[in-house]
Amino acid sequence: MSLLEFENVTLKFGGLTAVNDLSFSVEEGEVFAIVGPNGAGKSTVFNLISRFYDPYAGQIRFDGHDLLQVKPSGVAAYGVARTFQNIELFEHATVLQNLLVGRHRHRRTNLLSEVFFTPSARRQELENREKVEEIIDFLDLQAYRDKMIAGLPYGVRKVVEVARALATDPKLLLLDEPASGLSVEETTDMRWWIDDIRRQMGITVLMVEHDMGLVSGVSDRVLAMADGAKLALGTPAQVQSHPAVVEAYLGKAS
Amino acid sequence: MDNAQLLISGLANGCVYGLIALGFVLIYKATEAVNFAQGDFMMLGAFVTIGLTNTEYMGLPFWLALPISLGIMGALGYLLDRLIIRRLFGESQTAVVILTIALGFVIRFVAGLIWGHEPQTLENPLAGKEVRFGGLVLGMEDVAVIVVTVLLTWGLYVFFSKTKLGLAMQGASQNQLAAYYMGIPVKRVQGFIWGLAGVVAGIAGILFAAKGSVDPTTGLLGIKAFAAAVIGGFGSLPGALAGGLIVGVIEPFASRYIAAGYSQIAPYALLLAVLIFRPHGLFSQVRVKKV
Amino acid sequence: MRIVFKTDYMQDIRPWKDGYQLSLYLILLAVVFAAPWWLDAFYLGELTNVLIWAIAGLGLMILTGHTGQASLGHAAFLAFGCYANVILIESGVPFLVAFPLAGILTGIAGVTVAIPALRLHGIYLAIFTLALSILMDDLIVLAEPITGGVAGKYMGGVEIFGHLVDRWGTPEQFYWLVLAVTVLVTLGYINLLRTPLGRSFIAVRDSEVSAQAMGIDIARTKTVSFALSCAVTGWAGALMGLYAGAFNNETFSVVISIQLLMMIVIGGLGSIHGAFLGAIVIGFLPQFLSIAKEYAGALFGGGTVAIPGLEFGIFGMILIGFILFEPMGIYGRWLKIRTWFELFPFYRKDMFKRQKSYLKTERLR
Repeated sequence: MSLLEFENVTLKFGGLTAVNDLSFSVEEGEVFAIVGPNGAGKSTVFNLISRFYDPYAGQIRFDGHDLLQVKPSGVAAYGVARTFQNIELFEHATVLQNLLVGRHRHRRTNLLSEVFFTPSARRQELENREKVEEIIDFLDLQAYRDKMIAGLPYGVRKVVEVARALATDPKLLLLDEPASGLSVEETTDMRWWIDDIRRQMGITVLMVEHDMGLVSGVSDRVLAMADGAKLALGTPAQVQSHPAVVEAYLGKAS
Repeated sequence: MDNAQLLISGLANGCVYGLIALGFVLIYKATEAVNFAQGDFMMLGAFVTIGLTNTEYMGLPFWLALPISLGIMGALGYLLDRLIIRRLFGESQTAVVILTIALGFVIRFVAGLIWGHEPQTLENPLAGKEVRFGGLVLGMEDVAVIVVTVLLTWGLYVFFSKTKLGLAMQGASQNQLAAYYMGIPVKRVQGFIWGLAGVVAGIAGILFAAKGSVDPTTGLLGIKAFAAAVIGGFGSLPGALAGGLIVGVIEPFASRYIAAGYSQIAPYALLLAVLIFRPHGLFSQVRVKKV
Repeated sequence: MRIVFKTDYMQDIRPWKDGYQLSLYLILLAVVFAAPWWLDAFYLGELTNVLIWAIAGLGLMILTGHTGQASLGHAAFLAFGCYANVILIESGVPFLVAFPLAGILTGIAGVTVAIPALRLHGIYLAIFTLALSILMDDLIVLAEPITGGVAGKYMGGVEIFGHLVDRWGTPEQFYWLVLAVTVLVTLGYINLLRTPLGRSFIAVRDSEVSAQAMGIDIARTKTVSFALSCAVTGWAGALMGLYAGAFNNETFSVVISIQLLMMIVIGGLGSIHGAFLGAIVIGFLPQFLSIAKEYAGALFGGGTVAIPGLEFGIFGMILIGFILFEPMGIYGRWLKIRTWFELFPFYRKDMFKRQKSYLKTERLR
């Protein structure tokens, strides 16, 4: 059984079909990339998984659960974490606090035990700290641990968002354009991190990305989309040479 | 007949609410900010005109004082934007709300210092005249209020929905950056709108002071007008007038048919109901943020 | 600059940075506790008032400062707490039960308000709560059999273990009662901020979409925030009623709501310190103005003239100044000054710079 399954999913905004009869599946342990021109519906796929949109038709299953049955806030509980294209961090909190919010799905305490900071709340905080510090070490964020997000450079914010997603301890990590706006060096770093996330942590990665260098460097399989529909699916090399993909990117050869 | 009389006076009151609400909506439509001091602006407009016209102050002829005071109000609105609001460019809506509430306190204080705290009435050529219409007796002031309000709302509506400049202003509010790229002078448009809102507040103030008396706390009426703007659907000019009329009419009828205390309650109860069942007024304009 | 070497996670989890900071706060607490011995009765009363406002400020801070939901109607909850407390005591419930219960009831009232208000954002929520506050005023008048209407109610003192605590008769005891509540609420607040719930409030404030993606239920979080905020505000209201002695519908008018919001803005949104600093400004401004007027009267001759609305006028100007020049409030300014000294001479002007962005509407048309 695949980890994530899209089965004939269609999404319409008014008259516009954003996602058209899309089917694909992501296997456990792989890095799966979605590519396509602007407006192809890549981010919409992510927003469907996050349950921000209800599909018009079709099925989305994750790890055997019907995702369409849960609320947007319930998706994280199954072990799905994500980043956002335009960075949605908690601006007026520190990097550490941002990462600790990522631990929210593991909360075992209730209002009263937190207000009185009972031993169980203390134990939980210690556990959270341990987990979060691991991730800070992993992504080299030590220097920024106690800094406010509002003052951080763009490249660091991108990494913090990945770190926050990892803090949730996910099975599936959704990365929405992890390399957009990054310098060449930062993109290279991101590439090694994605590799490590999969190898060391055993987390499946689904990403949307424009940088073909990054995509062919890390991903096992690539889905090419245009106008909300599937163009091609296969290894990076297969997809890059697929005639329909070449046409979508470069226009029809005359 | 009694009910008709009640309705007319309610409509006249409602027009004043509508005029203040118009000021709220103007600013919201063009700059996405909410000016909680609009009611105090109206009070200020009334006092400026009283200061120019009434015999105990400068004693100017009414028709001369009228354009002068509207000019002053327009200038004040423009300066407010230029000196204060513009510095908040890019800050949250709530910051502007709190700022304008504070500004209301300051305006009330200054008006009290200059004109005192006694209620005053504007000396005007319409005072005391009446119009008989069937069995109804209408004060000339009430008629003037209704006529001026309807004309003004219509004029502004046409301006915003038909003229190029008006459409540009709407664009400026919906996406400032894009509007800026398209060559719309976003900041100048904002200044113009605040000036215009000042003039509208001035008109409301003059009509209000002609109908009844004003004192520095009159500006608190702005809260009720604000309720009217929300009931009508924040962001729609005819909606603002409609909301004002609803509030104006509901007040006297609530106190007559329920109990005296309810004229205070009715507008706000209606506001709560509208917010609960149609969260964004009668014409919904909000969607979820896109990521 | 003091550099703290951390060798243990608890060092970050506990509320104080190091022994030095802890001892500063303990000294402050001791000085404040000893206030009855170094302050005369008048100023002790004023200090009590400041603490009560600080509790109310903490209540609103939970909702507005940390969850990002602006409320212009918290006077309604002050009123609710005040009347609930007094009515319970009048019906024979001992104060030590009635007081906590009053807060809990106010919290429940807050939840019933929160549920319909959940869909409202930003300015609309502010309007909703503003209307609520105005309606509360009228509801108190209409519910005369319970509330005493315009004539109001009177509550002299309360009995704690057979001992009468009264604002006028035993001002010291009343002061300590208020101080105890202040300390308890503050400690609870500190704990909240270092555990998941408090962090989920901040998450909802800063980005609802990503809070959701982290598994935070927005509606539930907002509701809980409302409940806590209103409960604390209810306690402040109960104390306010005891402090005033006599109160009616006008004691908790909409102006108080507005004042409360402005207070925490001046103090500094999003910090516990902000509630206290704002309360100090609110509490001592009238005294400061009357002293200033006396001086001015002595300087320029002539008696002291009463200028109606002066307090609010000055208050408004202070607030405008803060929003324009120091949106982070007094506490934000203090942080900057402290950092300047700590880093001297390496402080840079842009260290606290905030991002400004062009505004994009969330409207469709």
